[in-house]
Amino acid sequence: MKSSEKIIEKLILTSAIVAAVSVALITIFIFQSGLPVLSEYGLLNFIFGETWKPTNGVYGILPLIVGTLSVTLGALIIGIPTGISCAIFLTEILPPKAAKLFQSAIELLAGIPSVAYGFFGLVVLVPAIRNFIVPLAQRINPDINPTGFSVLAGAIILAIMILPTIVSMSQNAIVSVPVEFREASLALGASKRETISKVILPAAKSGIFSSIILGMGRAIGETMAVLLITGNMPKMPGNPLDSAATLTGTIAMEMSYAGPTHQQALFAIGIILFVIIMLLNIIAQLMMKRLGGASQ
Amino acid sequence: MKLRNELKLTMKKVIAVGLVAALSIGSLAACSAVPGGKADFNGNVVIAGSTSVQPLSEVLAAGFEEDHMAMTVDIQGGGSGQGIKAIAAGIADIGALSRNLKENEKSQVEKEYIIAMDGIAIVVNPDSAVANLTVEQIKRIYTGEIKNWSEVGGADAVITVVTREEGSGTRGAFIEITGVLTKDESGNEIDQTTIDALVQPSTGAVKSTVANTPNTIGYISLGALDDTVKGLDVEGVKASVENVLSNAYVISRPFIYVTGAEVSEAAQAYIDYVLSDVGQLTVKENGFIPVN
Repeated sequence: MKSSEKIIEKLILTSAIVAAVSVALITIFIFQSGLPVLSEYGLLNFIFGETWKPTNGVYGILPLIVGTLSVTLGALIIGIPTGISCAIFLTEILPPKAAKLFQSAIELLAGIPSVAYGFFGLVVLVPAIRNFIVPLAQRINPDINPTGFSVLAGAIILAIMILPTIVSMSQNAIVSVPVEFREASLALGASKRETISKVILPAAKSGIFSSIILGMGRAIGETMAVLLITGNMPKMPGNPLDSAATLTGTIAMEMSYAGPTHQQALFAIGIILFVIIMLLNIIAQLMMKRLGGASQ
Repeated sequence: MKLRNELKLTMKKVIAVGLVAALSIGSLAACSAVPGGKADFNGNVVIAGSTSVQPLSEVLAAGFEEDHMAMTVDIQGGGSGQGIKAIAAGIADIGALSRNLKENEKSQVEKEYIIAMDGIAIVVNPDSAVANLTVEQIKRIYTGEIKNWSEVGGADAVITVVTREEGSGTRGAFIEITGVLTKDESGNEIDQTTIDALVQPSTGAVKSTVANTPNTIGYISLGALDDTVKGLDVEGVKASVENVLSNAYVISRPFIYVTGAEVSEAAQAYIDYVLSDVGQLTVKENGFIPVN
């Protein structure tokens, strides 16, 4: 009995070590491959350079960083309100049986491969933006990018992709708010709307917030879907209908044919991406702590 | 999309290797059947030169090594000029070029073999009124000097330029032949492609973008041209395999192997393999135009 427990304990320990070592190895590998270019080219030149032209030996990734951040921000602007209201609707308003149906439909969204999202975006979304939104925008600004390959297209697709994460995690947070809170609020004469907005949401705040962080992480790291629909133009986007290139898309697109220095530069993009995601996570966790503290 | 292409590529590789394997078994049997047939020999072949030819050489070499177990083929880059220098210095057995020989290079070369042709079709959206462009016009569209279709005989609409990703071989060939690639004073190559170009990661993606987006122009490997897009005439010549082979269609280039005065048995065997039906089939499967 005891010896079998020991074996299991060792097995679990090994799994933990394998996981930790893998992370360490990947990190070391990325940094080792990318650092030479960063030190040779200069970190500031690399991050704040406005031109990405590897053939000419010019490696400036600011347009890619701005592209990634604007697509992600757009996805959050669309995805957060939709996701949270959807979670509220499913838990508080819809009868449980109907909610289950909706819920499995939303969870199904998480199972669709990202290439399929990208293809949907390419065939449906990009032409839709080109045919319906561009003509409207052209009345205000005739020089606007007419192709539909845009930050907006990327943001909409990413918003759909992060929806399952935001909805299911927010739902868990809302469900775990004690029933007494609701009963007390209603007993004091608050309406259902007031109960939701003033009692339930504040109480579920930290869970909802972590759902947003996870969603954001997915949006920044997403490659395939965005690659197909944002146009991959390494140029600073000036409005939501401009094309843009992302950090991940550029790595995926150019790695296969890249020469030695170009390849190192792509790994250096990986380092920057790594740092951006770490920073965002730290900021988000700090904010979450502050939010959690204020609610008590 | 990319994933699918990769899958396709590996599928193609598997098929190619399978084919080569089957054929090599066949040829081995033929060898042993003919009395006095050449026995397999040991040897190492070194190829140096054009990086554009390199991927094709690698596939061909893999097939050749499969065929002749005892031989290895070493493929190095360096550029077309380097290919000539390498055979002159005796460092390589075969020099690879992705352009015609220059006059001053001819004295250093004993024999040249055109192994394949590489052609690039210029494509526009099927609704476009434009049917013909000159190389100069194409260059100026891609460098962003010409911005409206009306400047080249089309409707009054802004041109949307579609290009391939940095490092792509098709992009490399296109910018080199059309002159979008220039050199600065110190001899560094400068790619002048406009920043306002949509970038698509594969021939298929360029094709579907051009097919579905009005007022677009793009370029694809000639082998991928079909009815979904409109192929343009260049300098009045239709983009076709015949016109590439007759050198009438200008956005094309030959892939050439050159050898010096002394050619090892192994190098000759490799060149014979490349020019054989199996080798030329590999050429075709990789999207280039076979010459035999």
